[in-house]
Amino acid sequence: MQKNNSIWQFFASVKLALVILFLIAVTSIIGTLIPQKEAAEFYITNYGPKAAQIFAVLDIPDMYNSWWFLALLFLLAFNLIICSIERFPGVWKQVTADGLALPAERLQKMTNKISWTTRGSLSEVQNTLTEKLQKKGFKASSRESDGSTILFAQKGHWTRTGVYLVHSSILVIFLGAIIGSLGGYKGFVTIPETQESSRVFLFGGKGIAELDFSVRCNNFKIDFYPNGMPKEYTSSLTVIEQGKEVLTKEIEVNDPLSYRGVTFYQSSYEPYQDFVVTIQAPSGETRTFIVPFQQQESWGEANLKFGVINAKVMGQSIVSSKLWFSDGNESPATIWIDDGAQVNIERQNGTYQVSAKQMYATGLQVAKDPGVWWVYIGCGLMLFGLYVAFFMSHRRIWLLLSHEKDNTHVLLSGSANKNRTGFENHFAELGTFLQSTGNKD
Amino acid sequence: MDSSQLLGITTFTLLFASFLYIGALLFRSSTVGRFATWFTVAALVIQTAGLGLRWVESYKMGIGHAPLTNMYESVVFFAWTIVILYLGIEWKFKTRTIGAFALPLAFLAMAYGSFAPINKGINPLVPALQSNWLLAHVITCFVGYAAFAIAAALGIMYLLKSYFGNDSNAGETSLLPSLKVMDDIIHKSMIFGFIWLSAGIITGAIWANSAWGTYWSWDPKETWSLITWFVYAITLHARYTRGISGKAIAWLSLIGLLAVIFTYYGVNFLLSGLHSYGSG
Repeated sequence: MQKNNSIWQFFASVKLALVILFLIAVTSIIGTLIPQKEAAEFYITNYGPKAAQIFAVLDIPDMYNSWWFLALLFLLAFNLIICSIERFPGVWKQVTADGLALPAERLQKMTNKISWTTRGSLSEVQNTLTEKLQKKGFKASSRESDGSTILFAQKGHWTRTGVYLVHSSILVIFLGAIIGSLGGYKGFVTIPETQESSRVFLFGGKGIAELDFSVRCNNFKIDFYPNGMPKEYTSSLTVIEQGKEVLTKEIEVNDPLSYRGVTFYQSSYEPYQDFVVTIQAPSGETRTFIVPFQQQESWGEANLKFGVINAKVMGQSIVSSKLWFSDGNESPATIWIDDGAQVNIERQNGTYQVSAKQMYATGLQVAKDPGVWWVYIGCGLMLFGLYVAFFMSHRRIWLLLSHEKDNTHVLLSGSANKNRTGFENHFAELGTFLQSTGNKD
Repeated sequence: MDSSQLLGITTFTLLFASFLYIGALLFRSSTVGRFATWFTVAALVIQTAGLGLRWVESYKMGIGHAPLTNMYESVVFFAWTIVILYLGIEWKFKTRTIGAFALPLAFLAMAYGSFAPINKGINPLVPALQSNWLLAHVITCFVGYAAFAIAAALGIMYLLKSYFGNDSNAGETSLLPSLKVMDDIIHKSMIFGFIWLSAGIITGAIWANSAWGTYWSWDPKETWSLITWFVYAITLHARYTRGISGKAIAWLSLIGLLAVIFTYYGVNFLLSGLHSYGSG
């Protein structure tokens, strides 16, 4: 039908695919040379007002999301689809082809062929050969025609579709990317320790996403290597849904928290001048306070007064803080507490367990991407398809058996669509193997 | 004996092996060729020991991680994969002439690692690099890069022969393998590299998603790896469907390697420079 149409032929050509791939490759370079997603003034200062104007028209500051770049990607997808529609039926014909229908003359003209004569009737020979083929993993079918019999067996006929697996994998990845950009978002939330938030600030000035649950940062800490380099950032997060705590997890870089399709990634932090002081009274009751530096805080019911009066700093972080602590009965205690550590303070009415640490806010990157599994499936399909397309082949074997007085004449021929040298060796081995059975009395 | 000494010995063994391969090629001596192979095997053993020891040393320092985490370690690993792939090709295709072109590349990588002003220390990993995907990502990428390097080495051989040589008397009298054989190995190396580069880009994307929630952000490194992927995709399609082979493919193998080098090296040193200028 429309296949003779010249527009159809234009989109079905591999030449077009090569041109599109070339254009995508070359234009992609632009975005690696010109910094992306900067403010408009940036381009004016660095490239001049005239260039900045041209950039703006062509969407250069965000070129990978520009209309023309997306159009190129769309064109590639379209070209892939049309190319596949154009070529797949032919390939499928070869996958499902009936090997027995091949005329005998064709078998004699194949590059790979071996012939021999063996004792025994045609049906006896046919049976032994069929069994032997089975041992090599070839399941043979047969057909009789004018006194001779053709056996046919094949392996890997489906591997002819390998190229199409790769091409469809690219479409699956595109689909995943589209699902992700339509149904998902990326944003950021900063949560101070002990506090919770359900609002995500979306990137690209797209406003705020209100979650139907909130996330509390219980605790944030940084571990350092002996040389002072940061070793790990850890946030303890609790998901709270309708007032109930439903999930608590310690997240690190590379180990995020996921809840209801929304994922929270450890991304940054902000140190505060305040301290988080946690006190467990002898009664067992525990309270957490946020205490500004060198300011007195009190816990009325327990009759406690306390504050952080001094701190040791390494770089930007506090390594230990000096706590002043009074229960009103004895003279106040002062004690150095390593950041985040817990100490016991003995008083007449019992032991107070006290910990103090610098207060932080954890910075979380937030992503919702319902398309990511499509992308992963596409990636898996691509690797599988590449392996099939490049390393697996369709191998076909024919045996033409014909009477020759008391003997049977055998013609073995075969072909492969790829790796022909490798197939030649296998074919020779197979020939020797089949003949050895044929010679047996 | 520490790992840096072993890797230093590797550099000189590779240099010596390169000379032997070139000598074997120029003087058509199979005895010299056999020596070349043995020296290359020795270099591989020493280098493997060196990499292994470096791994052990990192654990002794209490910051244990695979030796695949900075520019120095990556060029060492790059050289290692070139040598191992080359030996595989020598064994499979029964030809030593490629060694005269592939081994110098391995030596140059090691020499760059040893003499360039780059950090050669074993350093602790920043939190973003602490992921099992690091291993999968670096290994897959560099197997791909090494295969592309070998394809390019063959590409140079191909072009030398087709411009200066005479293929009519291909065979024993010829210095290099026949154009047909070289074209075949170039193609096979590119296919091999292409699959590994694809796996490298994919593992990188999965890693990025587990660290930042974005599997693709068009940063210069990602974009250049994709450009490299396109160069080889174009080459493979041109060969399959348009029957282009020979000199054009040999030139493309060189263009491909330039894209690889730019992805691997240029992006870090040139584009990051542009960016710091831009943001400064």
